[in-house]
Amino acid sequence: MTALLATGGWLPVSVVLSSFLTGIFIFFLREEDVLMRSLLNLGGAVLKVALGILLLWGVAQGFVYTFVLPLGAGLDLILFADPLALQFVLLSAGLWLVTTVYAIAFLEGSPERSRFFGYFSLCVTASTGIALAGNLLTFVIFYEFLTLATYPLVVHHGTREALKAGRTYLIYTLGGGMLLFIGAVWLQGLIGPVVFGPVPALAETDLPRGVLIAIFWLIAGGLAVKAAMVPVHGWLPTAMVAPAPVSALLHAVAVVKAGAFGLFRLVYDVYGIALAGAPAMGGLLAMLASVTIVYGSLRAIAESDIKKRLAYSTVSQLSYIALGTALGGPLAAVGALAHLVHQGLMKITLFFCAGRLAETYDIHNVHELAGMGRRMPVTMTAFTVAALGMIGLPPVAGFVSKWYLALGGLQTGNDWVLAVLVLSSVLNAAYFLPPLYVAWFTAPPPEARLQRRILPGWVEWGLLVPPVITASLALVAGLLAALPISPLAWAELIVALRYFPVTGDGP
Amino acid sequence: MVDTSWAAIAVAVPLLAALASLWPGRWTAVAVMAVAVPGALLATLGVVWTVYEIGVYRHPVGGWGAPLGIDLYVDGLAAAFLALLAVVAGLASLHVLADPDVKAMPRRRQSLFWSLWYWVWGALAAMFVSGDAFNIYVTLELATLAGVILVSFGHGAVALFASLRYLLIGTLGALSYVLGVALLYGATGTLDLVLLGERLVPGPAVVVAAALVTVGLAIKAALVPLHIWLPPAHGSAPAGVSAILSALVVKAGFYLLVRYWLGPFVSLGDGVATALGILGAVGVLWGSLNAIRQERLKLLVAYSTVAQVGYLFLLFPLAAAGGHVMAWSGAHLLVLSHATAKAAAFLAAGNILTSQGTDHLSEIGRASHHHRLSLLAFGLAGATLMGLPPSGGFLAKWLMVTAAVETGQWWWAAVLIIGGKLAAIYVYRVVRLGFVTSPMEPPGAAGPPRPPGLLPVPMLTILAALGLAVVSVGLGFASAPPLRLLQIGMPAAPGIALEPLP
Repeated sequence: MTALLATGGWLPVSVVLSSFLTGIFIFFLREEDVLMRSLLNLGGAVLKVALGILLLWGVAQGFVYTFVLPLGAGLDLILFADPLALQFVLLSAGLWLVTTVYAIAFLEGSPERSRFFGYFSLCVTASTGIALAGNLLTFVIFYEFLTLATYPLVVHHGTREALKAGRTYLIYTLGGGMLLFIGAVWLQGLIGPVVFGPVPALAETDLPRGVLIAIFWLIAGGLAVKAAMVPVHGWLPTAMVAPAPVSALLHAVAVVKAGAFGLFRLVYDVYGIALAGAPAMGGLLAMLASVTIVYGSLRAIAESDIKKRLAYSTVSQLSYIALGTALGGPLAAVGALAHLVHQGLMKITLFFCAGRLAETYDIHNVHELAGMGRRMPVTMTAFTVAALGMIGLPPVAGFVSKWYLALGGLQTGNDWVLAVLVLSSVLNAAYFLPPLYVAWFTAPPPEARLQRRILPGWVEWGLLVPPVITASLALVAGLLAALPISPLAWAELIVALRYFPVTGDGP
Repeated sequence: MVDTSWAAIAVAVPLLAALASLWPGRWTAVAVMAVAVPGALLATLGVVWTVYEIGVYRHPVGGWGAPLGIDLYVDGLAAAFLALLAVVAGLASLHVLADPDVKAMPRRRQSLFWSLWYWVWGALAAMFVSGDAFNIYVTLELATLAGVILVSFGHGAVALFASLRYLLIGTLGALSYVLGVALLYGATGTLDLVLLGERLVPGPAVVVAAALVTVGLAIKAALVPLHIWLPPAHGSAPAGVSAILSALVVKAGFYLLVRYWLGPFVSLGDGVATALGILGAVGVLWGSLNAIRQERLKLLVAYSTVAQVGYLFLLFPLAAAGGHVMAWSGAHLLVLSHATAKAAAFLAAGNILTSQGTDHLSEIGRASHHHRLSLLAFGLAGATLMGLPPSGGFLAKWLMVTAAVETGQWWWAAVLIIGGKLAAIYVYRVVRLGFVTSPMEPPGAAGPPRPPGLLPVPMLTILAALGLAVVSVGLGFASAPPLRLLQIGMPAAPGIALEPLP
């Protein structure tokens, strides 16, 4: 076993390749090879989780995993596994596995599935690449690759509306990619390769302040697009035309988190909080994040389409991560990183449930939920747990992250954060409680004749089990937040490495 | 002692193949290819290995040596271009072999086609390893003439007119070049590029000579405004021919400009470097905007070549300003990745055209499922054209933008970045067609059958396109070996000509 752990750089590489190779194989499968495709999908997903856990175990035992591929001319592609990378890898890989089960059931009988699952695997490849990126160049490579790999999934249905959403998606993300590219090349041209790690690349810089601010905003601007921050959030609600598994995994976890994760790397690993905490950088970013939090919630209230409402809720919730990152101070950072996981668990649950409602009863609107609590109790329970977590009700995980964000605000002297969080929670309640009320406490109007679509038994289970798992995880992550294996504890370790470097000796 | 004759073999193999192909018959084509493609690849590997081992070298053909005989001059750049030639022409040969359009030709025409095909290949190989201004002229003419005739194999009168126009303008370019060479010979008494660099004393005659050489080569490289011959010729030639013309023959013009302007002409001033850069930038914008406007796929790809060649010319001002290592690596990595990507794009476009009988963008979406593999190849190639990862084009642009940033010339960076976004628009116009739900193909779980009116696409032609596209993507990761190769014999810095030889 030790021999397996001491493979040096090949473990992170195989984490990335496990889904890449699967994806390539799947492209060449015929549509009707359902069994083969499903086996490859699940096999790849299980393998990826297993490799991720192996990586985690190795890192915990003190092994160092760094893979360097020289690209010539002084450039390197670096994959490495630090605790922060591992958190995002395990989140992506774990949720990919769950979503794969869901997607196989969801897409049963629909056309172009080989194409779909091929690109689906490539997307996860890209997001694990982003997680494991050891320097800025590698990050940019996978970040842009993610854009290209996601486009086919957004336009999967091939309808006019889907193609239009795909266009919007490309305009936003390629524009953001351009800013990121300019910022990254500029920075690298000035200081050489920008390597990630606990010691910020710009720790002892003597670059002019104006240049630093310009580069910060170029890179942050590029990341903000995927993180769906106002005013560059417009692609996310339109991208909801994609099939439900895509919305669940990519537009609740992988793509949007890539932006938020990148912001954390930018603030802590490239600039360092001492530098990035300046009002012109972190301060302004925190303001923007607060605006996004409130704006997203207000728009969510105005939407009655379930997926659209969830999308605006994502816009709002993602900026918690940006806020915690930008505030500076260890507690806020812990809140941000914990929310990275917590929000993923809760939001993917909500999207799973929304997809199941749409598939089974053709329900797309909040008002149509009447009586659903009785018809689909398990699904609605999962939905309720996740929604209450979003509002921030203990003991669901969402409470923990909000608590730490609030403490972080107080710790850094930004008391206004408290007001933002309270306002946001009220707004969250305003758009999540009504659907819950309608679903549990109202009877369906007599004229409504709900036709339950008859789905094969395994499809029913495939759509039901994933949300139950993720909702339970969200509950457990909140209940057991004090245990050393919780997302919170892991976030504390990551932050401790950056604020108190001596204590970084593994969990 | 390392054997230096691999370079001569790399030239001889395609030329012998050109002769052998004259014997008509399908089996001749197959047999010749079975020998020539692996042979050329092997010889090229030998050249690359030799350059890695001993660096820049000369090989006296037949043991005679310059000035009496012919010297082959091989450095990292030459070896890289030879390798590119072998890979692109090799894979494109597979495409031609299976191309229904070529197979439909009469037997004698087919053998003529193959012979000319290898002529282009051999002439380019000879050009890349030539260190002599006049030999370069001969190879340039051979490649152009063979190319012109190959264009005329395309469908209908359009191809004929296009090839005539290509012939006229191409001959003008060759004439301009050879006049310049004559003046250079008069001024220095030598045709050897290295000696030329040592003996060149700037004066009116030399300036005129340099201008003539540059205009002649710029025509071949389709530098705006001397590009007008390119879109019709590349847009109407048979797919394989468009592929090697766009990927290789145009690059040959650029290759020679690099040989001259980072070689003997380097002392003639930075003004020309800036001018070449500006024309290149105009080419990027003009070519991209025109590509965006095209309604036919092959014309779109052809205008994209005008744009992509424009990027390469930014090498001159970037190198002149001192960013030469980054710019040199970037520009030549772009040559390699663009050539493979562009060949893939043309082959994919050819597959669609042959199968559907039209390459109008409005029609392609009607059979999106049928064309999915060709469109996949196009999409992969598109990543390089847009300069997005994972692709060699991304890395190349990263290097070139770095060179622009490091030398403080942000406007060249702007050209690279804006050009990339314009490319995204025209690539998007094609790639989106792959996802349209088409009326001809009702969706079904088992995948729709081939819609009526579409011809089947031979698997080999698809594999050739995909293979080239994969190479262009792979160059984004396996870039270290080619970049190391390109550094061998790289002009040390502006002002220093080609490395003096033992």
